[in-house]
Amino acid sequence: MNWDVISEYIPLYVEAAKLTVKLGVIGIIIAILVGIVCAIISYYKVPVLKQITQVYIELSRNTPLLIQLFFIYYGLPKIGIPTNPEACGIVGLAFLGGSYMAEAFRSGLEAIEPIQEESAYSLGMNKIQTMRFVIIPQAAAISVPAFVANIIFLLKETSVFSAVSLLDLMFTAKDLIGLYYKTSEALFLLVVFYLIILLPVSVLGTLLERRLRYAGFGS
Amino acid sequence: MPDLGLEVLFKGTNMLRLLGGLGVALKISLIAVAISIPLGILLGSLMTWKNPVARAILRLYLETVRIMPQLVLLFLVYFGTTRWFGWNLSGELASIIVFVFWGAAEMSDLVRGALISIPRHQYESAEVLGLNKVQTYVFVIIPQTVRRLIPLSINLITRMIKTTSLILMIGVIEAMKVGQQIIEANRMSSPNAAFGIYLAVFFLYFIACWPISLLAGYLERRWKN
Repeated sequence: MNWDVISEYIPLYVEAAKLTVKLGVIGIIIAILVGIVCAIISYYKVPVLKQITQVYIELSRNTPLLIQLFFIYYGLPKIGIPTNPEACGIVGLAFLGGSYMAEAFRSGLEAIEPIQEESAYSLGMNKIQTMRFVIIPQAAAISVPAFVANIIFLLKETSVFSAVSLLDLMFTAKDLIGLYYKTSEALFLLVVFYLIILLPVSVLGTLLERRLRYAGFGS
Repeated sequence: MPDLGLEVLFKGTNMLRLLGGLGVALKISLIAVAISIPLGILLGSLMTWKNPVARAILRLYLETVRIMPQLVLLFLVYFGTTRWFGWNLSGELASIIVFVFWGAAEMSDLVRGALISIPRHQYESAEVLGLNKVQTYVFVIIPQTVRRLIPLSINLITRMIKTTSLILMIGVIEAMKVGQQIIEANRMSSPNAAFGIYLAVFFLYFIACWPISLLAGYLERRWKN
């Protein structure tokens, strides 16, 4: 392990980490939006849209991100849909994450017993008020552990972005190993930078879970 | 109708070669699952022990595996350990090692979760009845945990299969690599092969994972109570 080499490489990793975080955050935000839409569709059992959502969820949950990215990046341009690496990474992450988020939200919504909704109506609340004050606060708390696990999972999945020639952390490490044979230094920095990105998320997630453990009334 | 490059699939033995590639991925994931399930059960039961040292070590192991992307673990074993310890590791062996290391951690957490979901009065009642520790587990706890555990471990298999797509990145010849070879070989005759081949690989993975997911979902609903 050569510390001079490490300090020389740090700027490369910082750049790569910025890209990883940027694409990860944008992709996850879109994934959350997709997840909310899908969860609402399947909660209200909207005809036709519900079936489409179901097909999307099964397709996305049963295939690996790497394969999805290859298809988006190398396959789609062949039928005239242009892609660039960054957009491809974001779309791939949102496509994968959307279904995981949808499942997390849906299981939260479904865990709320119908009696809650009925009681809210009998108290004179309308549909929106029931959602806003009764269903969502409870469902959100139930969804939190799965939600946090999904965010960490999706951030970890960004590690395959190097396959579509995005200069992320994996790409940088592989490049340095291949070009200069500095295996130890490159891998050490790789682990350190992933820890820097993922540890805070993991710790914050645990804190959030503790804070929101007010659901499950009476159990 | 644009040229989708699907005809390449039916040329020569291309489809069989893709299936063979998927077979390599499936083989690696099944070996890894077969080793990590018993190992995970063992580690998961150890995690419920009161011994603080053992718990701390297992906790550290679990969190390390949890937080590192599997691809980083693959790189560490495939590029790192071969350099540091000077041994020779094939890509397949490296991936089995990593997937066992990862799968055992995931499995142990599932086992721990299932074990602590058993109410404490079950343990206490068993103790009152005069069962010793081994008997308590064999006759009371394990039969109850198994039902919670089976759907989750089946899910782990699909996750394992999906994760094996990563072995492409350390040079193992699996479905994706075979697909790339086919695309390269047919670059002149069917320039759009990338669409058809990658679509085929996408659906091969889907066909491998979907039935297993359905089974897990079915068992989970059936054994809910």
